[in-house]
Amino acid sequence: MAFDSRDTAAFHGVWVFCEQRDGKLMNTDFELISEGRKLADELGCELCGVLLGHNVEGLAKELGGYGADKIYVCDHELLETYTTDGYAKVICDLVEEKKPEVFLIGATNIGRDLGPRCAARLHTGLTADCTHLDVDVEKYKAFLKTTSTIDVDNTVFEQNTNLKMTRPAFGGHLMATIICPRFRPQMSTVRPGVMKKAPFDQAKADAVVVEKPAVALSKEDIHVDVLEVKKAAKKLVDLIGADVVVSVGRGISKDVERGIQIAEELADALGGVVGASRAVVDAGWMSADHQVGQTGKTVHPKIYVALGISGAIQHKAGMQDSECIIAVNKNETAPIFEVASYGIVGDLFKVGPMLAESIRTLKASK
Amino acid sequence: MKAIVCVKQVPDTSGKVAVKEDGTMDRASMATITNPDDMNAIEAALKLKDETGCEVTVVSMGPPPAEGMLRELLAMGADKAVLVSGREFGGSDTYATSQILAAAIKKIGVDDETIIFCGRQAIDGDTAQVGPQIAEKLGLPQVTYVADIKAEEKSLTVQRMLEDGYMTIRVQLPCLLTCIKELNQPRYMSVSGIVDCFSKPYEIFDFNTLKDDPLIDLDTIGLKGSPTNVYKSFSPPVKGAGMMLEGADKDTCDKLVALLDEKHII
Amino acid sequence: MDFHLSKEHEMLRKMYREFAQNEVKPLAEEVDETERFPQETVEKLGKLGMMGIYFPKEYGGAGADVLAYAMAVEELSKVCGTTGVIVSAHTSLCCAPIFENGTEEQKQKYLPKLCSGEWIGAFGLTEPGAGTDAQGQQTTAVKNENGDWVLNGSKIFITNAGFAHVFVIIAITGMTTDKRGRKKKEISAFIVERTDPGFSVGKHEKKMGIRGSSTCELIMEDCVIPADRLLGKQGNGFKIAMKTLDGGRIGIASQALGLGEGAVEEAIAYTKERVQFGKRLSQFQNTQFQLADMHTRMQAAQFLVYSAAMKKQNHEPYSMDAAMAKLFAAEAASDVTRRAVQLFGGYGYTREYPVERMMRDAKITEIYEGTSEVQRMVISSHLGVK
Repeated sequence: MAFDSRDTAAFHGVWVFCEQRDGKLMNTDFELISEGRKLADELGCELCGVLLGHNVEGLAKELGGYGADKIYVCDHELLETYTTDGYAKVICDLVEEKKPEVFLIGATNIGRDLGPRCAARLHTGLTADCTHLDVDVEKYKAFLKTTSTIDVDNTVFEQNTNLKMTRPAFGGHLMATIICPRFRPQMSTVRPGVMKKAPFDQAKADAVVVEKPAVALSKEDIHVDVLEVKKAAKKLVDLIGADVVVSVGRGISKDVERGIQIAEELADALGGVVGASRAVVDAGWMSADHQVGQTGKTVHPKIYVALGISGAIQHKAGMQDSECIIAVNKNETAPIFEVASYGIVGDLFKVGPMLAESIRTLKASK
Repeated sequence: MKAIVCVKQVPDTSGKVAVKEDGTMDRASMATITNPDDMNAIEAALKLKDETGCEVTVVSMGPPPAEGMLRELLAMGADKAVLVSGREFGGSDTYATSQILAAAIKKIGVDDETIIFCGRQAIDGDTAQVGPQIAEKLGLPQVTYVADIKAEEKSLTVQRMLEDGYMTIRVQLPCLLTCIKELNQPRYMSVSGIVDCFSKPYEIFDFNTLKDDPLIDLDTIGLKGSPTNVYKSFSPPVKGAGMMLEGADKDTCDKLVALLDEKHII
Repeated sequence: MDFHLSKEHEMLRKMYREFAQNEVKPLAEEVDETERFPQETVEKLGKLGMMGIYFPKEYGGAGADVLAYAMAVEELSKVCGTTGVIVSAHTSLCCAPIFENGTEEQKQKYLPKLCSGEWIGAFGLTEPGAGTDAQGQQTTAVKNENGDWVLNGSKIFITNAGFAHVFVIIAITGMTTDKRGRKKKEISAFIVERTDPGFSVGKHEKKMGIRGSSTCELIMEDCVIPADRLLGKQGNGFKIAMKTLDGGRIGIASQALGLGEGAVEEAIAYTKERVQFGKRLSQFQNTQFQLADMHTRMQAAQFLVYSAAMKKQNHEPYSMDAAMAKLFAAEAASDVTRRAVQLFGGYGYTREYPVERMMRDAKITEIYEGTSEVQRMVISSHLGVK
């Protein structure tokens, strides 16, 4: 029977693409399996993981431990390293055969390469970089009550079990919930780190079913040669494009070296770069390419941390459009607190390291 | 070689973002810019032109005022511009858009030595989907997140960024690349480029221009044909005045981090 | 009458502005503070065609018009007065006289390199004893037995001098009698290259403003140049100098315009932020009225400058227009930048903010390329008031 993405009734089950790099599963796999479990339960269907690679069957159990009922292990030497062509072919073949209703992919650099390629081939919709998923309308309404300005109780919602995929748009200024009502599978890439990982359950891990579908793949299917895979990207000090900027100000004068070190540690913990106020650059403590402000760079990261920065107008002009501003300053009347989303009145030499530790602890728990 | 660059005009979100009462973006009141990643795509194509003398065609789907943006790209050094514009195309999601753009690119002409450059993603939707979907519709290999390009005979060696490193990939031509800002620093328009840009070839492809292509099917393009639809759109609660946390000890830090986690900020 | 800019000019403005914001503004403070000529900016300007905006492409120019040039100096000067005058002096005082008076060979030899920014141009008219009074020249040029010209004398306050490769030099080539039989100096123009024997660049002036601009003395001691360096006809030097200054005034008027507009932009941004007595400065009526006046003055200046530029482009007489534009724009810029400092208060007086630099930069626009007094003389003589 030919594959028809419009024949919505023919599709069943929730699938999660389980990405592995160098034979190691990614954190997003566990997050998505955990989230997929909830959706599968609401839909009353099976949750399957799709694992591609070479000699990776051993990873299937761990995925079961987070809630997968079944793992399709597609093993082939041409799948050892990720290629769009190889992965897309194997996945699309499997989708066409098994017809899942929902297909979740982690929005990693690989997931966002693979997802659209597959959706285009399967002729179905794909929603990018989702931060929230619902099937049940009541649960969706409860979600809206806490996260939106919509008057939920006085709004009409169409009742259905379509996957409601919510994602930020316009840099988070707007949220949109997307549905794909006429085609299957309903595909979504999901932002890493957003979905909660369920506790690992050894019994479930032991019970997971492993199925190994035949893989039809040859060299001719792949139009690229991966020459090298290198870990640890070169560090790009790019303030303007950074998602997180941790800046230091005159407050580090007591111990400049230590102050900068604290900022670097905090930036490392948050996955960001270090910036500086004009005072710091003028004093020669950091180079001019670090300067944030009217005469420096204008940044709008997701998180901006100001350590020991008073918040002169010229500095604020360069950072006040950041999505979340965290300010640490000893002086409670410092103008930086006027634009801060969160303020801590305290010594950056004490608060900085503690904050870095709290973040590392949180990240480790995920 | 031959370069085709896909670009999008987007609202400038670095300024104030205007939201209408119904929660949708008030695009009319916002300034527009060329999507930033697309600027890296055009720069990559122009560099290739500097090296090989290849022809660079820019193509965009959008309303007629997008001509202003395309003229700017001609002023940077592109040779030809095509605006894909028509009522039938309005409201297209990424799937539908990629079909229309793929049809337009076929019309422009893809030969054995063509490279299609796209930006990684547009700042209005942040989907990063249209590039790969065009590649699929054209049956071309793709490399996304490209941070470096070296052109060789009939192939390219490119660096593809990963979160934890990069891949070096050789890809055959023709192919499609999606570019990230690490790839290059876009050039400025030049004075003579601006003087010349109004006399360079500029074409509009509408529904009639493209309708004979099998990809242009009213059932799969436009608002009605798009696989995905907006169920609801809403604005997050207004950013209130800042919150001053009590204390400055480890508890305070833990509390802050918990708040950030709860709001998916980290 | 159409007060709208063409699409081409709108695009040029956008490009100039992006370039000025990203490449020029970040250097402005340092260039001023350290009195450094921003050589790297000149290279970038050259690549973008901004060192030869209104000259035809056949001579390496960008093929745009005089208005496009005025707008470039305006946008650069909004963020850096030094960069504005580098382009203005180079274009109006060196490229323009060569383009307008040069032989085909001279144009082919000099313009492509000047327009690409590979060479920087300057103009030598002013002497210790001949500033506003251009007839008071002392530098001489005498033909030797080989037919070469030998120049002797010195020039002062020469913009771009320390970095220029090509100089248009005004010198006395003899004595003539005018129509009424009075003895008069015969003045001619020459093209002198930095590497010509006997030519040297002297003392660098320390200035109040436009401190990154290179202002030096030129010394010619038996400076020998070939016969084909005579620019225009022998004896036409005074006319060439005056015409060059007419064009130069459009450049300086544009510089003044930019400085004033830059100060207004800074003052608007600052007063919207700064809080005093529990209110933003912008909420005080004094601030509002000050800014309204400042903007109005600069807008009026812009109309005068653009109108002069368009007349020059259309080959209409524009000498009086250029004088009025420079007079008004320069005085407006001095006034507006001074008021901006006042609105900034104590911060405005510090080098933390750019307005004090703008005020220092603006003052020179009332002085060089014809003082405001000279402009009044030019304007009144056009009015037939003698």
